[in-house]
Amino acid sequence: MRNLTTSTILGLTLTFLIGPFIIIIFAGASAGETLAFPPDGLSLKWYLKVFTIESFRESFLLSLFLAIFGTVTALLLGVPAAYALNRYDLPGAETIRTVVAAPIIVPGIIVGLALLRYLVVPLDFTVTMALFMAHTALVLPYAVRVVSSSLNNLRADMEEAAVLLGCTRMQAFTKVVLPNIRGGVLAAFILGFVTSFNQVPVSLFLSGPGVKTLPIDMLAYMEITYDPSVAALSALLAFMSLSIVFVAERLLGFSRYV
Amino acid sequence: MSEKFVSLSDLTLSYGSTVAVPNLDLDIVEGELIALLGPSGCGKTTTMRAIAGLLTPASGMIEIDGQDVTRLAANKRGIGLVFQSYALFPHLSAFENVAFGLRLQRMPEAEIRSRTEAGIETVGLMGFEARKPAEMSGGQQQRVALARSLVMDPKVLLLDEPLSNLDARLRLEMRSELQRVQKDTGVTMVFVTHDQSEALAMADRIVLMKDGKIEQLGTPSQLYAEPATAFAAEFMGFENIFCVEGENLVSDTGQLPLGFAAEAPMLAWRPGGVQVGRGPFSGRVLSSSFAGGHREYVLDSLLGQIKADAPIETVEVPLGHNIDFDLPQSTALPLAA
Ligand SMILES: Nc1ncnc2c1ncn2[C@@H]1O[C@H](COP(=O)(O)OP(=O)(O)OP(=O)(O)O)[C@@H](O)[C@H]1O
Ligand SMILES: [Mg+2]
Repeated sequence: MRNLTTSTILGLTLTFLIGPFIIIIFAGASAGETLAFPPDGLSLKWYLKVFTIESFRESFLLSLFLAIFGTVTALLLGVPAAYALNRYDLPGAETIRTVVAAPIIVPGIIVGLALLRYLVVPLDFTVTMALFMAHTALVLPYAVRVVSSSLNNLRADMEEAAVLLGCTRMQAFTKVVLPNIRGGVLAAFILGFVTSFNQVPVSLFLSGPGVKTLPIDMLAYMEITYDPSVAALSALLAFMSLSIVFVAERLLGFSRYV
Repeated sequence: MSEKFVSLSDLTLSYGSTVAVPNLDLDIVEGELIALLGPSGCGKTTTMRAIAGLLTPASGMIEIDGQDVTRLAANKRGIGLVFQSYALFPHLSAFENVAFGLRLQRMPEAEIRSRTEAGIETVGLMGFEARKPAEMSGGQQQRVALARSLVMDPKVLLLDEPLSNLDARLRLEMRSELQRVQKDTGVTMVFVTHDQSEALAMADRIVLMKDGKIEQLGTPSQLYAEPATAFAAEFMGFENIFCVEGENLVSDTGQLPLGFAAEAPMLAWRPGGVQVGRGPFSGRVLSSSFAGGHREYVLDSLLGQIKADAPIETVEVPLGHNIDFDLPQSTALPLAA
């Protein structure tokens, strides 16, 4: 009885988690002209078509750029921030933590609107610049959180030991702290990358003519054309995310950090 | 041999506004093994961290080998510290842990190798070079920590409760190991402990601390035989301490007539110094426990609780029954107030 219940729950969970993914894979592999499930026959033409759509290529590159550089920047800011919050008794540390976490709490659409209203319009920031800042800010909380939890597991006396062996505080950080939080930093990078890449609400307001992130571009495409290429692209992106996580798991047991 | 190899003068150490160690004066002789002994929270770690340079003194001066190092950064003092938690670098092998400090000095690879290997040999860890800290036992990790500090040829080696995480057998082994390393290298060693038997067994001199102050300073035999204060006496195992008023011993709960004339205002007896089985006094057995060579009784007397050891050959007196006992002059330790 218990076994039956357990396997039912397991089955339902897997269906809900993996079901949509399967549907998308097959919807994209349709031989028909419109998005449908079950597909009208099977073919790979929509998967191939995706690569020929110029605007997808451009928005993919933009999204990739934002995901990589936004996340790297967030880590450059987030690792020292997490370190300082963790190791020093800073005045107002609680406030800083709250502020850093704000983009997670505040709905993305409001963050996007605020950036548009206060940066792009009055200060004449380029759209790319604004998107870059938005994505960095969006990923920062993840960077701080994930790195903080690795730092929590690292005792402070290790750095003191390094200092007594001749390190400066900076060397103690690079030679002892960094190597030991490497896994956490990589985990934060992957989490940040995926978050940034799939981000819609914040980018919605900021995307301008000719400058769109991939998810926004896909939304725009679907408003005009209802063919299976969007499903094909979604499936490809899901595969990309999966492989990144898979490789990370293989390399360092990613799941320990998230 | 410098008599003041490490010299702390009028040293005050505080955390924010709370003073942990007020006005400490202490001179450590070159090449000695000195123990900082005292109950939890008395300022042992604090003192040690100040010597290492991890804690800036609120006031006072620290001199090492004739040089004022009070304001010198921790990484320039040439002092080794073995942490209670070992603080090994988890991402490095035992070998690289030991070599860590040498690599920072940019010496030739061959010299790094030979010195690291020598250090590993000193602590008897040959064959463990490639292991990560997580793959070693507590005792092995501790040896790595010791070797890591030793290869730096420190002027002073500080050890914070180095044996407290080890099991009883390993602790005894490491005791003699530490003593041997100290004699072999001649390094000045300061080690922290709150275990009096450890301090007595290992140290050349013992600094007994209480509330951040030095309660007594002396050789193990001095401290053991002649504790100067009630606190020191209690720490050295004189568990029965009473005030003398005229002809009587008095405590909070009552008094007993003293059988001899005492000059001192207080007298103390070890449990082993209490005569059990005969004597003018009587106490009810509150607890009785077997302790190997003897039996430990806690007696309820007119003076309150008396801790008394009886030879194991004597017949055990059941709980609740009375035993006669005496607090003899021959084993009494006179104490100043
Ligand atoms: N970081 C700190 N901040 C504030 N007070 C501290 C700090 N570290 C220690 N203290 C206080 O300073 C006093 C001395 O502490 P210390 O750690 O030197 O004691 P200890 O003798 O090493 O004790 P133990 O045997 O428990 O290790 C204690 O009263 C302690 O509460
Ligand atoms: Mg301590």
